[in-house]
Amino acid sequence: MDHLPTLVSEARDAIQAAPSVAALDELRVRYLGKKGEVTALLKGLGKLPADERPAAGERINQAKQVLAYEIDAQRQQLESAALNARLAAESIDVTLPGRNQSNGGLHPVTRTLERIEGLFTRIGYDVAIGPEIEDDYHNFEALNIPAHHPARGMADTFYFDATRLLRTHTSPVQVRTMKSSEPPIRIVCPGRVYRSDSDLTHTPMFHQVEGLLVDEDVSFADLKGTIEDFLQAFFERDDLSVRFRPSYFPFTEPSAEVDIQCVMCSGAGCRVCSHSGWLEVMGCGMVHPEVFRHSGIDSERYTGFAFGMGAERLAMLRYGVNDLRLFFENDLRFLRQFA
Amino acid sequence: MKFSEQWLREWVSPQLGTQAIADQITMAGLEVDAVEAVAAAFSGVVVAEVLSKEKHPDADKLNVCTVDDGSDNPVQVVCGASNVEVGQKIPFAQVGGVLPGDFKIKKAKLRGVESRGMICSASELGLEEEASPGILVLPSSAPVGVSFREYMQLDDMTIEVDLTPNRGDCLSIKGLAREVGVLNRLQVVEPGIEPVAVAHDEVFAVSLEAPEQCPRYIGRIIKGVDVKAETPLWMVERLRRSGVRSIDPVVDITNYVMLELGQPLHAFDRDNLESGIVVRMAAPGERLTLLDGSDIALRPETLVIADHKGPLAMAGIMGGENSGVNENTQTIFLESAFFTPLAIAGQARSYGLHTDASHRFERGVDPQLTPVAIERATQLLIEVCGGQAGPVIETKSAEHMPAERAIMLRSARLEKALSKTLDSADVTDILQRLGLDVSVQEAGWSVVAPSWRFDLSIEEDLIEEVARVHGYNNLPVRRPAARLALRSADEARLTQGRLRHQMVARGFQEAITYSFVAPELQEAILPGSVSPVLANPISAELSVMRASLFPGLIRALEYNLNRQQTRVRLFETGLVFNGQLDDLTQVPMMGALVCGSREAEGWSGAKTLVDFYDLKGDLESLLALGGNQNSWRFEPAEHPALHPGQSAQLLHNDKPAGWIGTLHPQVRATLGLKVDAVLFEVRLDALSEGHIPAFEPLSRFPEVRRDLAFMLNQEVPVQSLLDCARAEAGEYLKGIKLFDVYAGKGVADGYKSIALGLTWQHPSRTLNDEEINQLVDSIVAQVRVKLDAELRG
Repeated sequence: MDHLPTLVSEARDAIQAAPSVAALDELRVRYLGKKGEVTALLKGLGKLPADERPAAGERINQAKQVLAYEIDAQRQQLESAALNARLAAESIDVTLPGRNQSNGGLHPVTRTLERIEGLFTRIGYDVAIGPEIEDDYHNFEALNIPAHHPARGMADTFYFDATRLLRTHTSPVQVRTMKSSEPPIRIVCPGRVYRSDSDLTHTPMFHQVEGLLVDEDVSFADLKGTIEDFLQAFFERDDLSVRFRPSYFPFTEPSAEVDIQCVMCSGAGCRVCSHSGWLEVMGCGMVHPEVFRHSGIDSERYTGFAFGMGAERLAMLRYGVNDLRLFFENDLRFLRQFA
Repeated sequence: MKFSEQWLREWVSPQLGTQAIADQITMAGLEVDAVEAVAAAFSGVVVAEVLSKEKHPDADKLNVCTVDDGSDNPVQVVCGASNVEVGQKIPFAQVGGVLPGDFKIKKAKLRGVESRGMICSASELGLEEEASPGILVLPSSAPVGVSFREYMQLDDMTIEVDLTPNRGDCLSIKGLAREVGVLNRLQVVEPGIEPVAVAHDEVFAVSLEAPEQCPRYIGRIIKGVDVKAETPLWMVERLRRSGVRSIDPVVDITNYVMLELGQPLHAFDRDNLESGIVVRMAAPGERLTLLDGSDIALRPETLVIADHKGPLAMAGIMGGENSGVNENTQTIFLESAFFTPLAIAGQARSYGLHTDASHRFERGVDPQLTPVAIERATQLLIEVCGGQAGPVIETKSAEHMPAERAIMLRSARLEKALSKTLDSADVTDILQRLGLDVSVQEAGWSVVAPSWRFDLSIEEDLIEEVARVHGYNNLPVRRPAARLALRSADEARLTQGRLRHQMVARGFQEAITYSFVAPELQEAILPGSVSPVLANPISAELSVMRASLFPGLIRALEYNLNRQQTRVRLFETGLVFNGQLDDLTQVPMMGALVCGSREAEGWSGAKTLVDFYDLKGDLESLLALGGNQNSWRFEPAEHPALHPGQSAQLLHNDKPAGWIGTLHPQVRATLGLKVDAVLFEVRLDALSEGHIPAFEPLSRFPEVRRDLAFMLNQEVPVQSLLDCARAEAGEYLKGIKLFDVYAGKGVADGYKSIALGLTWQHPSRTLNDEEINQLVDSIVAQVRVKLDAELRG
């Protein structure tokens, strides 16, 4: 009994020096186990006189608690050190790039077409498409461009034979839609169009979006409002100046070319706008009564407007592309810039 | 159309600068393309007179001259031009002057003789593009000592307008002045054109055999014309400023009148004409040698001017070589005719021609201008070349002249069209200044279009005129009103956009290739394919419509491989064209191509190359979007562009819908490609087919799984095994997973081991082993019977 303090002190030292949880477990058995040294002292209490027993019992129990506590403390410390060691061993370089990254992207023309379609479909226009090999009637006749009309010289047409051709604009889709549906009509017609022209600023194939709105009481003011809204939305510039210049298209009257304040120099004059401060971006006008007549729509009751624009031109202005031909070379280094 | 600002200002001169006029007409629909000075900058050049001329003592080709330049003493100058003569008035650059190109005139010694200035040629003054053969000789009336710029009125601008085809009326100074007058509310002053006194009575018979095409023809014989006379400098200058070169006085005068008034004219040598003019359609087999020397086989829909021997000129397009004015001509037959736009339209183009005359006639020349123009031309001819005018010979078919076009413009319609009430007096004024005969009525304006405006025939034409002159930008702006009607949207349909975005998500870049391709490329990839061929391609490389998306994608691959891009993943959507024109289909397809490493180069991935199954996985991810994978099948099949052992035809609801496969090694070799590529193309209509999900209650009972591995002959497609297993697995089969394919050690040669994991689940009870064992037994038995395959031991 007298050696209890020595025992506790020895045990403490041993516990604090324990290098592992296993060693600690051995110490627990040695001191506090059923056959442990401290347990043995408790068992020896019966040999003491009865009046000494309570006090001795309490001292032994205290020693037991102290050691149990020490063991737990040491165990926690050992476990936490082990965890830390494991975490340290498992740490990785989080700045390495992630696996399997594979970035694709839409072609800038598609990206542009999707934006334009989106702007119009959100306010109630439908998207209409049609064939690219067209006939003379839908591409010209029905649009008030009879054979030998000087306007046929305006678009150099690819022909297959006397009457079949590659559409020079998406206007045939408007004709087909007007023939097959009743006003009110609100459509945009995106697609490939073809003209036999190839130089720095022309490719034999390009993309257009045309729009058509036919209803009762549609006026030139509605056309102006729609075009202004569209251009300001497309370029995300509320203050973009837009102007309308009288022009001529056989299928609209009055007809207009639309200029915007140059988006490159804000109208100050630069190479892109030939120092005029203005950029021609689209054509438009009120649907010609002759076109309505071909499509079976009563031009006294209904009026409408149509507009058309080149997607490549708008994409060039929007993204600062300086060479039209890049759009059809499909160079990945170009395409990836629009992802 | 190019014109000189000065010339215009003789007719009408608003208080506006050059740029302001250009802007004004641009905003009225006559788009100005360019405004340029008529002469380059130069200074120190005066009109001078050559006083003396002597041979240079030491140089054969040089003369030593003295000139009077208006200063106190004659100036000595060495001149190399062969045409310098005493008494000539010439442009003289004084010492200290600067010629175009910053060429400074200094005192100089030429072969030992002092020269103080320079006698200039037209090209040295920037008045001619090509080097002039000699010095510019001025009229004898030119005042000595006066600044040459001032004398020539060179402080002038050339304005070039790009006219739309409806505005043929503006292809003259007269027409442009009319337009500028309208826009500025100014009176236009026309030069006085008086009939020329008739000095002989010789006439020439004209008969109009095609009055519908030519309802009015005016001719006149002018005798004793000196065709060797010189065109006056002022006229040469005006022509130059309009972009027209001086040829000879007769041609110059007809060109001048055309520019001034808009009427193309033609001059014949009377002595080369036989007994009378006939205006008729060309007869079959007729030929004509044109002024430009080309020999043309005329077609019967072409209008000709003929005499009784044969065609002389292609009416309204170009004269003939043999009937035109030449250096020996003494008597001229001058033609001023009205050819209807329809008679000329398209004709010039159909012969590959385009002339100033055809350009005007096909757009419409004022039929009332014919007599005016012939008088103007006669007057100028006699002024310049001398001669005596005969009587005007007019032949006209009144019933074929353009009908008067009466049009009603309703004020209510105008207001509705523009959403603006315009001042009625303003509208009247605009219409009147445009030359319309206006009668104001209660409902609006009843007008008659002027003879020169072929583009005005309906109410909308007048609305456009009023809007244009009023100014488009002065008209109101509003937003269209519409009823908010909901429309149905097909839920069981995928948009093209959805499919495209899926490809993008799978790491593909979208390509857009031309719809026409090189025939050799198409033939190499799709031998025997039939698709429409362009009659007038831009080049042979772009002459046949694509019958597949493969050629374009392969070209794009080549392009990128040549630019060090080794990993290529491209897709495209667009039409492919199959068949001849009469049985043509234009089918929207989606195509894709992969090449190079499976993964983008990085630190983690294996450096393996893509194969068939990579692209098939991409394609299956598209099919999965629609949720109808079971409607699709991949059938082993052969395609000329694809490796016969690595290609499949896609069937959608058992109908062919596309192809997938590795590029055929032979095609690869033909195209010179050094790497493997895998491609697919599938019909977009099939890909777009989605479905509307139908809910199935979730079973609360456990799933049972059995794994079965079969030894399958290498030749047997896995699809057969799957079909067989599915057919025998009963109605509670949940799914089949193919989790292992193995050939090699432990598997007999010519065989492969295919491991399937089958799961079953019953909606309302637990399945027992016995029933599952029965199903497995029946699968194994059927596989044995149908595919001759055993369970792997």
